[in-house]
Amino acid sequence: MSTTFSDVAPSSTEFLAAVAARQLVGKRRVFAGVGLPTLAVDLARRTVNPDVELVYESGICGAQPEGLAEGIADSVLVSGAAAVLSMPALFGYVLQRGHVDVGFLGAAQIDRWGSLNTSFIGDWDRPTVRLPGAGGAAEIMPNAGECIVVLRRHDPGALPAELDFCTSPSPVRAHQEDPRMVPPGHGVSTVITPMTVLRRPEKLGELEISEVHPGLTVDDVRAATGWEIAVADDVRETARPTVEEVRLLREEIDTVRLYLR
Amino acid sequence: MAAPDKVTDLTSAVATHVRDGMTVALEGFGHLIPFAAGHEIIRQGRRDLTFCRMTPDLLADQMIAAGCVSKLVASFFASGSAGSLREVRRRVESADPAPLEVEEYSHYGMVCRYQAGAAGLPFFPLRSYAGSDLPKLNPLIRKVSDPYGGPDIYVVPPLRPDVTILHAQRADRSGNVQMWGIVGAQQEAAYAAETVIVTVEEIVEEDVVRSDPNRTVLPAHAVTAVIECPGGAHPSYTQGHYDRDNAFYREWTPISRDREAVLDWLEEWVHRVPDRAAYLDKLGAERWAGLGVAPRPSQPVDFGRRVAQEAS
Repeated sequence: MSTTFSDVAPSSTEFLAAVAARQLVGKRRVFAGVGLPTLAVDLARRTVNPDVELVYESGICGAQPEGLAEGIADSVLVSGAAAVLSMPALFGYVLQRGHVDVGFLGAAQIDRWGSLNTSFIGDWDRPTVRLPGAGGAAEIMPNAGECIVVLRRHDPGALPAELDFCTSPSPVRAHQEDPRMVPPGHGVSTVITPMTVLRRPEKLGELEISEVHPGLTVDDVRAATGWEIAVADDVRETARPTVEEVRLLREEIDTVRLYLR
Repeated sequence: MAAPDKVTDLTSAVATHVRDGMTVALEGFGHLIPFAAGHEIIRQGRRDLTFCRMTPDLLADQMIAAGCVSKLVASFFASGSAGSLREVRRRVESADPAPLEVEEYSHYGMVCRYQAGAAGLPFFPLRSYAGSDLPKLNPLIRKVSDPYGGPDIYVVPPLRPDVTILHAQRADRSGNVQMWGIVGAQQEAAYAAETVIVTVEEIVEEDVVRSDPNRTVLPAHAVTAVIECPGGAHPSYTQGHYDRDNAFYREWTPISRDREAVLDWLEEWVHRVPDRAAYLDKLGAERWAGLGVAPRPSQPVDFGRRVAQEAS
């Protein structure tokens, strides 16, 4: 196994996907979304976790796709899957009942507690940008064992002190509403951005800087974050993707450059 | 007595069952999206519809641009690889050319609404929304106390469409509908509705259905009208028949950016096309052949047949 490291840029899809794939070591059942998570779970299956079970909100469990899925309802995920469930079964029995270990989520904004905005930028009534909305994220956040968030940008607009809208709440916000309504899941455990890996070790705690990508400093990350962000005791440099991981992504997983740019 | 024959054509089904001002659900989660039926609604010029669809993708963009829809009930306002729905965004962000009322849930919220509608329940509880701004945005998402002493829980109201429209692989003439692959919340959306219209790739003999009863998602009693409509889900797909036209979805993004381009597209591909067969002709045999799939049949199962047992 080659351990030669690749020099792909930390902001590249290859870098983010490789970092995301490594988070799946030892995880049994992963709720995968479209785009970068698709690459990450595929890479994880070929490297750190061959046995990971892929679950999709379209109802598919145990997918073994023969090609790269373009979307979570792609026919390539259905053919050869272990099961295709109805949505009441998928959301009610699989997810809400607690069978999913890790959920992958994206967001336009994330706050210090790991709450996500995927609904509006600006006013709710007349938004500057109408974003896609909740989808299944409002269910994945409370019910998956933990959530990994991948952000494509890192600036105070994407990591603000206050969300414009809270679509998928952290357990911290659920606790503020009613301590008895705190959900079973941890909420966001890990955030991967083009600058850093943030972690949230405590279920009711804040995100902290855990890893900083090569060429950047903790102060760079602080300056690009919209709140006074906490720093872990032992911050280290994010491990670069290996040459082999980048090769798998480019030559075996996304050969048609659907998600890699 | 023979079961009533529910086979009709799409023009008649829409003319008979879909009227201005109705609440209409067109479901299919990335698969079996009833595009042909949506286009027929556009051709017949329906207005003021409350359009229910968990993932209002291209189909919603088209029906809204055509002026059929005054209100959208949904849970995800984008279209996978096609990205933003620009017609929806124009109306929501700048009321251009008119505002669009939106009633918004999460996916499971919509699923629970259909389940409540299908089962005749007054509401349905789910463990989402604690700490979310969604209940402030949509006051129909409400919190109730648990009569058994557990924590408070959010509930959603039943969704009871006047008409639910679906696409499926096959049905028999009496309306027993079979589908496979991703089945989404179609069974719930159908049982929740007053009237159910189903377009299918093929009408088959009753024996075919009865050879595999577990494949039936909707028994005939839940179905009002059945239409044979091959290719009725394009540009989405029908498992085992044809694949998603990914190029079409990508082509939609630049069209969607420009309202005039959307209207031109509707004129060319909907208004000037009488039905789905003509649409497929226009699409061309070569493009259609490019969406073909190779066979990957399931292993048949054996339901067995009772043999006479000797009396003891």
